[in-house]
Parts: sequence; structure tokens; C-alpha cells
Amino acid sequence: MSRWTEEFFIEKGLLLTAVSSIIIIALIIIFIFMEGLPAIQAYGFFNFIFGMDWAPSSGQYGVFPMIIGSLGITVLSLLMAVPLGILCAIFLSEVASSKMRRILNPTIQTLAGIPSVVYGFFGLILLVPFMRVQFGGTGFSMFTASIILTVMILPIIVSVSEDALRSIPQEYKEASLALGATHWQTIKNVIFPAAIPGVITSVILGMGRAIGETLAIIMVAGNVVQIPGSILDPVRALTSNIAIEMGYATGIHYNALFATGIVLIFMIIVLLILANYLHYKKKVTIGGGYL
Amino acid sequence: MEYRIEAEDLNVYFDELHILKDVSLKIPKNTVTALIGPSGCGKSTFIRTLNRMNDLISTFRREGTVLLDGEDIYHPKVDVVDLRKRVGMVFQKPNPFPKSIFDNVAYGLRVHGITDKDVLEQKVEEALKGAALWNEVEHILDKSAMGLSGGQQQRLCIARTIAVEPEVILMDEPCSALDPISTTKIEDLIHKLKRDYTIIIVTHNMQQATRVSKYAAFFLHGEIVESGLTDQIFLEPCDQRTEDYITGRFG
Repeated sequence: MSRWTEEFFIEKGLLLTAVSSIIIIALIIIFIFMEGLPAIQAYGFFNFIFGMDWAPSSGQYGVFPMIIGSLGITVLSLLMAVPLGILCAIFLSEVASSKMRRILNPTIQTLAGIPSVVYGFFGLILLVPFMRVQFGGTGFSMFTASIILTVMILPIIVSVSEDALRSIPQEYKEASLALGATHWQTIKNVIFPAAIPGVITSVILGMGRAIGETLAIIMVAGNVVQIPGSILDPVRALTSNIAIEMGYATGIHYNALFATGIVLIFMIIVLLILANYLHYKKKVTIGGGYL
Repeated sequence: MEYRIEAEDLNVYFDELHILKDVSLKIPKNTVTALIGPSGCGKSTFIRTLNRMNDLISTFRREGTVLLDGEDIYHPKVDVVDLRKRVGMVFQKPNPFPKSIFDNVAYGLRVHGITDKDVLEQKVEEALKGAALWNEVEHILDKSAMGLSGGQQQRLCIARTIAVEPEVILMDEPCSALDPISTTKIEDLIHKLKRDYTIIIVTHNMQQATRVSKYAAFFLHGEIVESGLTDQIFLEPCDQRTEDYITGRFG
């Protein structure tokens, strides 16, 4: 085989692998829309998205409480995980000795590797009873679910933010210190602002994991379809809805669950666009390139 | 003669590497002292010892003393932050922060607690004029410093340094990444600045050393071979090694 044909096949082969992932995503989306759209058509778009009642036995398919449930759990867990994760990343990249880092980094990576069912089980056995004693009620709540999610998304936020902080050129740090800034002033005014795009990426990844998480949430969120009056009320997430009812759904109920999937996909797309926009706006030039 | 900095029997190690060997050097006030010598001879390590920048490296170890205005800068009671305010530094590669031109110069002032907008504006203008950059950036103060040319960025770094009013300015090959025209501008600036500041400049460019400095020290393998008036070192060097280096026989 000549060198030219070899190059040709390698290039086309690489193209094929890249295209195949696009094709797979396209097929999944087409399938979900084909199965889901009949329910939205039959029940009405507005009724479906903003309907307050989900009662398949009496033909009610309103997913609004579950949209609120998913968003509520995600936002609440981000509120806890983002500050915690960023401070932890700052500690690891700027303060911790290399010995400490060698212990902490694998520990945090292990946290990311634990299967979600284990987190859910842990939450069910330990956290739910604890919340019941502390705050009353059943212990199954939006708050309980977001605590579990916080632990699950923390490793992503910490490791991606830490990489961003560590990739800030040493020259900036030296320039700041040489002007008589303290270490903390340097972190706050130079290193962290330059790392913000990377930190935003870490939050996007964490958010993606939070909104898509299913199993752990089913086990601790209570799964009641309602708009929560407080963070201690049980809620059902969109993902949980599909997983709980898919086993026995038929007819339009079955289609309505796929329609729930469509809503989920759109929510993730909107959040990704928002996050990418923020990332783009905060992008900074460093040396010759962008960070 | 009055001396700003006096280093005595200074030895510096990184782990087991003995970088500076019994270096003693006196830096006169309000003049330019050039440090010359081949790469890896310890010039940069020496000036980074003067503002304790080497403290950032965990394997750094030092023996001997460095006096600034007669006071030991490595004394346990010395505030490093305060020392670095008094001994400013301009780096080899222009390294403005990814912030606006104004914020770059105001940075040092702000970390030292100046928040008054009028005071900041006045001091930033003074510093930019002092660094011969004001006319070029007067109208783009809120634009990113990353958009300036390399020479402008380096003058911005000098402006940033003089804004905090140090006594000493350390320059670590400040022109090595610049074109000849930018280099000339920086050299003119050094001539202007020596009235108010004690300047120590590391350079690989022999012509530059003769153009800008009054005193010079020749470093080789971590030792000072010869130091004194620049003219004397270049015209009648006492040591054969100095002569070999400045005439280009090695290095």
C-alpha cells in the first residue's frame, strides 16, 4: 500500500469514528422524539409542560412539578458543591504540600468512581433517618437528594477547577508577588480570575451530572409529584419519573415518559448554551493564546 | 560611596546544587549595575535572592547575608511582602496580567490598600509617564494589556513596578524578548529611571551592559570573577576569563 493510500484510510477512518458518535446521538434523539411527540400532541404542549398534575391512571400528564424538582435539586446541590469545590481546588493547587496532594487527589478521584447506587444506598440508610430526626417529616426530600448529589459532583468540580488553577502560568504569580502582594491577594486577584473559564467548565460538567443523575435521587428524594413548599419537602425529578414508571407504562403513558425525556434534553441544552455563553464571555487571553 | 544593597559571602543551594558560591557584591545607590556572564552562571538566581523570590522554591537554601539599606533582608522579623514592595522586579518575558492596562498599573497600589479613585488615576498616570508609555496608551487604558506589543507590555511591567515606588528595581534580561527599537526605548527609560531608583540589570548583551550601566559584575559558574566600573571591566579587565568572555571567546 502506498504512503498516500495509507494516509487516506487513516484520515477517513478517523472521520468515520467522529461521525459515528454524531449518528448515534442523532438516532437516539430521533427515536425519543418519535416516541414522545404523540403524547405532547395528544395532551397539548402547554398542558404537558405547565400541567400541575401527573396521574397516568386518570389521563393527567403535567410535568411542571418535576421540572421544578429537577431544577431545584440541581441548583441546591450546585449552591453547596461549587463554593466547596472551588475552595478545595484552591487549597490543592496553591496551599497543599505535594505530600498532602498525593493523599488528597486519589481520595477525591475515588469519590468520583463510586457507583451512584452506592451513594443512594448510603443516603437511604444514613442520611434519610438523620434528616428525619433533625428536621422532622419523612426525611425524603429535595434537600436530602441535593446533599447526596453534592458529594457526587464535588470530585468533578474539584479536579477540573484544580487543573484550571494549576495551568495559570507561574509568571503571573511571580509578577503579583514581586509587587508585594500576599499569597491570598495573588490567588484572589490574579490566579482565580484567570482560571474562571476553567472553573465554569467544571461547574457545567457538575451540573450535567446533577441533572442527569437518576438512581441516587430515586432512593432519597421521596418521588412525590408536587411543587415543594420548602427544601424539606419530597420531590420527583424528571429522570426519576422515567425510571420509576417505564416498567409498566403502556399507550399514551409510555409516550408521555419519552416526552419527559424530551423535556430533559431541552433543559440540558438550554443550560449548556447558557454555560457556554458565560464561558465565552469570561474567556481571557493569556500570552498568545486563550484559556 | 553609599550602597543600597550589600551581599556578603552569599551561598545559594537548590537541593545539592551549589548555585552561588561566596558571592559578595555591593550595589551603589541610584545607579545602574549590570550583571553579565554566560547562561546558568547564577545571575538570575542572585537577583531573585535580593527580593526573596527564591523563597517560592521549596529546595532553596541560603547562607550568608543580604543587606538592604544596612538591614538583613533574611532576618526572621522581616516582612517579605514589605521587602518586595521596596525591591521591585521586571521579568525576562513581559508578563502583564490578563487585565486592562489601567488595572495592571493599579494592581500594586490596590493590594497596598489604595482605593481612592482619584489617587489611583493620578498614580497610574504618573507611573505610565515614568515608563514612557503614557502617550501610547492614554486613550486605551480600559483595553486589555494583552493587546499591546511586546515592547509596550514590557514598559507596562516597568510602569507597574514603579507605581508602588520601590527603592530598587531588579531587571532580569528585560530586553531579551524584544526587537531593537523596543530595546532602545527600554534602555532610554533605564537612563531616566536611574535618577530615582537603584537598578540592577541582568543582561546577555555586552553592548547593552556598556550602554546602560555604570557598574558591572561578571559571574562565572556561580562566582563573581570581577566587579567594578563597567568601563574598566570592558576596557581593562583584570582577569583573563573576563577578557575571554567579553571578547566573545566563550559564553
